[in-house]
Amino acid sequence: MNRRITRFFVHTTMAFAVPLTVATLSLAYSAQAAAQSTAEKIARGKYIVSTSACHDCHTPWAMGPNGPAPDMTRALSGHPQDMRLPPPPKAEGPWIASFAATNTAWSGPWGVSFTANLTPDPETGLGKWTQRNFIETIRSGRHMGRGREVLPPMPITVYNNFTDADLEAIFAYLQSIPAIRNRVPEPLPPAASVAQK
Amino acid sequence: MKPSHAIAAAALVAAAMLPGRALAGGAAPLPQRLAETGLYEPGSTTVRAGTIAYSPQYPLWTDGASKRRWIQLPPGTSIDASRPDAWEFPAGTKLWKEFAFDRAIETRLIERLDDGSWRFATYVWNEAGTDAELAPLRGAVVAVAAASGGRYKVPGRFDCLACHEGGATPVLGFSALQLSSDRDPLAPHADSVSPGFADLQTLVARGVLRNLPQRLLDDPPRIAAKSPAARAALGYLHGNCGHCHNDAGALASLDLALAQQAASPGASAERTLKSLLGHSSRFRAHDGKATQRVVSGSDESSVLAVRMKTTNPLARMPPLGVGVADDQGIALVERWIRTATPTEEKTP
Repeated sequence: MNRRITRFFVHTTMAFAVPLTVATLSLAYSAQAAAQSTAEKIARGKYIVSTSACHDCHTPWAMGPNGPAPDMTRALSGHPQDMRLPPPPKAEGPWIASFAATNTAWSGPWGVSFTANLTPDPETGLGKWTQRNFIETIRSGRHMGRGREVLPPMPITVYNNFTDADLEAIFAYLQSIPAIRNRVPEPLPPAASVAQK
Repeated sequence: MKPSHAIAAAALVAAAMLPGRALAGGAAPLPQRLAETGLYEPGSTTVRAGTIAYSPQYPLWTDGASKRRWIQLPPGTSIDASRPDAWEFPAGTKLWKEFAFDRAIETRLIERLDDGSWRFATYVWNEAGTDAELAPLRGAVVAVAAASGGRYKVPGRFDCLACHEGGATPVLGFSALQLSSDRDPLAPHADSVSPGFADLQTLVARGVLRNLPQRLLDDPPRIAAKSPAARAALGYLHGNCGHCHNDAGALASLDLALAQQAASPGASAERTLKSLLGHSSRFRAHDGKATQRVVSGSDESSVLAVRMKTTNPLARMPPLGVGVADDQGIALVERWIRTATPTEEKTP
């Protein structure tokens, strides 16, 4: 092989190899950056969920050696589907609301609300929700942005102040946690509205 | 302070507090008064010449309010109907819908801005009916003797978005199916169409609508169903539920498709049935009786009918805009479930 041919092969090989290598490295870098970005987003979401009282209501509380505490084996799975509750106590005077020992069922002028399953279970949790569904829920105060109103004690007016980036992070984290199958009961309306018809 | 004055004051405060609203799409802030939106001839409540009146064949139930609707396009522009079920409206398009109980209560406005975005607003009429003022962003409650419980709920902006941004296009009642000249005689609460009201033929003739497939002019859109009752029931679900429950919008993951397509009536009707019949419902009432969306032959076991007729405001469908159950619409859908044996529905 003479020198001209060798030079041709070297140049040709370099002409393809360099861009290919750059492209491969670039793709690998993008994938790594995306993975890092997702990991960072999930970590941010976990931080917000842990500091914004989500577990207070969406994780059932149980009595432990140090008193009542969130049962993290059922983290963020909402009001336990098998828990049967008697009618709530009658509200009197300024005492307008009461809550169950699990902190997942609340009674007040709005009726009785049960905290939602936020885990990614497809049938009973947020498994089929999109990020848009989640953000629109918080922004509008309606389920999936267009269903019934989200009820107290969910502090929608507080969480409304999260940025879209924060809400995206929260949703990413909630989609990353273990799915728990738990069909939370529908809320009960105020007695007055049921008695109307 | 009279209620109308309180609403006007609240509207002013809300508008002042919400700069995002005024800046939407880079457009000028929303006018404070309906008279300034361009619907009427100056100094009157006479609808401006060139405004097109229309009436959808499957109207939305809104507690029995009577409604009037209009659309205006900028001069020299037209609607692109190449996608028959997702018309493309030009920037500057405005649509109004007036709600009345004995007197006009509110007039809603949808406007397409220059950047392609849409904005939504509503104007609350004074009792004298001389003008209407911009409602607060979060809506309002107006005392109206003829409304249910004497209270009329004016929607907030998120309420507008809930319905109008839940499908393929934010414009719901002005579409190929809704403006078909082959109108459904069994559709509940439909207006008898006055001369001059828009349909597909007149819109094309006026040059307002272009690129509508010729076959939809030769054979006007019609819902595919095996009986007139089934056609009306599917039409009712289209007009009252399909704007959220469809395959194109935010709730597509629910796999509940109640919107009918003018371009493919047979396929969309079958899609609706597939998403209803024998399909497990995520919603479960506390009595636990109904677990499927529709059980052919049993309205009591069908969550669709149960949620339409319940008086429980936390379970009722549609979840907003309705305070009084629509007995006529419910009866139509229940009859369809009971007797029309939807399992046998096929494209005619």
